[in-house]
Amino acid sequence: MQAKAKQWLLVLPALALLAAVLLVPLGRSLKLSVAGGSLEHYKSLFTDGVTLTVLARTAATAAVVTLIAVLLGYPYAYLMTRVEPRLRGLLMVIVLVPFWTSVMARNFAWVIILQRGGPVNSFFRLFGWDLVLYQSVAGVAIAMSQVLLPFMVLPLFSALSGIDRRLLLAARGLGSHPVRAFWKVYWPLSRGGVVAGLILVFTLSLGFYVTPALVGAPQQSLVAQLLGQRTTQLLDFEGAGALGMLVLVVTLALVAWANRLGGTISAIGLVAAAPAKGARS
Amino acid sequence: MPTLISHTEPTAPARTGTQIRLAGVTKDYGLAAPAVDDVSLTIEPGEFMTLLGPSGSGKTTTLNLIAGFETLTAGSIAFDGTDVSNLPPHKRNLGMLFQNYALFPHLTVAQNVAYPLRERKLAKPEIARKVAEVLELVQLTGRDNHHPAQLSGGQQQRVALARAIVFGPNALLLDEPLGALDRNLRGTLQAEIHRIHREVGTTFVFVTHDQEEAMNLSDRIALFNNGRIEQVGTPEDLYQRPETLFTATFLGDSNVFDASPAPDGTFAWEDNIWTVDRSTVSARAAAGDHVALVVRPEDVRLEGAVPADANAVTATIRDIEYMGAYRTAVLALGHDGVAGRARLDALAADFRPGQAVTAWWPVARQHIVATL
Repeated sequence: MQAKAKQWLLVLPALALLAAVLLVPLGRSLKLSVAGGSLEHYKSLFTDGVTLTVLARTAATAAVVTLIAVLLGYPYAYLMTRVEPRLRGLLMVIVLVPFWTSVMARNFAWVIILQRGGPVNSFFRLFGWDLVLYQSVAGVAIAMSQVLLPFMVLPLFSALSGIDRRLLLAARGLGSHPVRAFWKVYWPLSRGGVVAGLILVFTLSLGFYVTPALVGAPQQSLVAQLLGQRTTQLLDFEGAGALGMLVLVVTLALVAWANRLGGTISAIGLVAAAPAKGARS
Repeated sequence: MPTLISHTEPTAPARTGTQIRLAGVTKDYGLAAPAVDDVSLTIEPGEFMTLLGPSGSGKTTTLNLIAGFETLTAGSIAFDGTDVSNLPPHKRNLGMLFQNYALFPHLTVAQNVAYPLRERKLAKPEIARKVAEVLELVQLTGRDNHHPAQLSGGQQQRVALARAIVFGPNALLLDEPLGALDRNLRGTLQAEIHRIHREVGTTFVFVTHDQEEAMNLSDRIALFNNGRIEQVGTPEDLYQRPETLFTATFLGDSNVFDASPAPDGTFAWEDNIWTVDRSTVSARAAAGDHVALVVRPEDVRLEGAVPADANAVTATIRDIEYMGAYRTAVLALGHDGVAGRARLDALAADFRPGQAVTAWWPVARQHIVATL
């Protein structure tokens, strides 16, 4: 019992910090949003004709970003498990580069790449298509995918490198075509990592502010911009509090749902690692 | 295709397996020497063939070539006379048992065992019946809904065994399947594999580096060394009639006297001239110049008068090792003190380290083997 109490002592500083910088402001926002005991601000979220559209656009953008990330990230993480350690390190660095670049530099770079007359526009004009991704939802999604890719690749890499490749040999020996062996054995064992990556990328996408503000069009703002507008320009703290609460609840609900989905899967993933360890000892 | 286990006649060994024929099989990874070098071997239907050898001798690569996990550099592999050299593994219809069990962790025991049947698109009731049957055979009835991680190592390997035989494979390939288990469990599973080979009656190809395992289980052993087969034969052939020094020393202990035979057929070692019985000269030793005389420790005596039909050498006892059922005298043989061993049975006299003795053995118990 005493040892346990001491363990709690160790996390006390972190808990205190979280309480001071997260729970207290969150409580104040909540209190503001229901100021005067009315749910007026929540009601207006659904009736002002803007909030729901922006929320839907944000969710759609986040979904596209997540899809791009998993489509790019899965083969990338798979490759990382297959190459020699030095090349693996290099692949890791490449995926982390956007992480280490300044937010502003990265986003202005995207503006230059995507704007009219930029390399992407010039390339498509060769084929007679005057495609401008700057100030489009697609452009925002591409720029967001770049910086969010590590959040997909890292959990996926960790999940994939835990999969015993001899299971694929076993499946082939038991009569499975290599492609079928992948879908019946490798894919189910990687699902825990996929779900973890999906949750991370999707929830992070929901809160993106700088990229949609710089790369996107003002008339196509996402929910973070709407929040910013309400707090810094309209000074509508009550409305902003209500919107913040709504986003928080939606996000938590999604995470809870995905966790239930991934919970059973990651339990299996944990089990999967056990026999391999036993065999080595 | 052989049918699954027949429970009506459990004792009749139905030899229904496939004949596996390796002809000039070679696998070269481009290293200094080929991993498998011109191996030819015919494994008869229903036979329990063990590929035995030290690590790196090419036995596992040979098994992977039979399974189709590796491609041949040269040579061919045929099942029942049909060339399968270019057939992918999933079309070879072979059961495979791995050292790490390779059970699918996301599937239950029953789903694991049903896997090859599902891949063969069998009807559901038939799958259920075969799974129940084979789980009974490996004595795991009632564990259907467990996940592999909930089972012990021995149980996991029995599930893997069930999964490998449930679809009536052409042959069962076993890649050191007992290597990860502790000693007691290994013995139990050895007996289990032996029994299942008898009951299923299909061809078994078993890879191991453990000579005891090989001796206990096999109909025949192919002893591998440096990518080549050193000798093929029954366990008794290999132990009692070794062709080469490698065979004589890899299987069991041997006292080795390295020398050349005299033209008169005798064998000279230091200042001893030993009688040689023609029947104990291996074919490969007769064909070459590089030979050695070997004697098993259990054939060496240290007491009593040396009979006429025996060879003898002076020796000094270096140490006595107590092994429980018997003792082993560690010897220094001849003037140069070549290391040797003699087994002392329970009734043998007490010897002390440092004691000088005469070590002798019946001429018929020695072997002249090739050293190259």
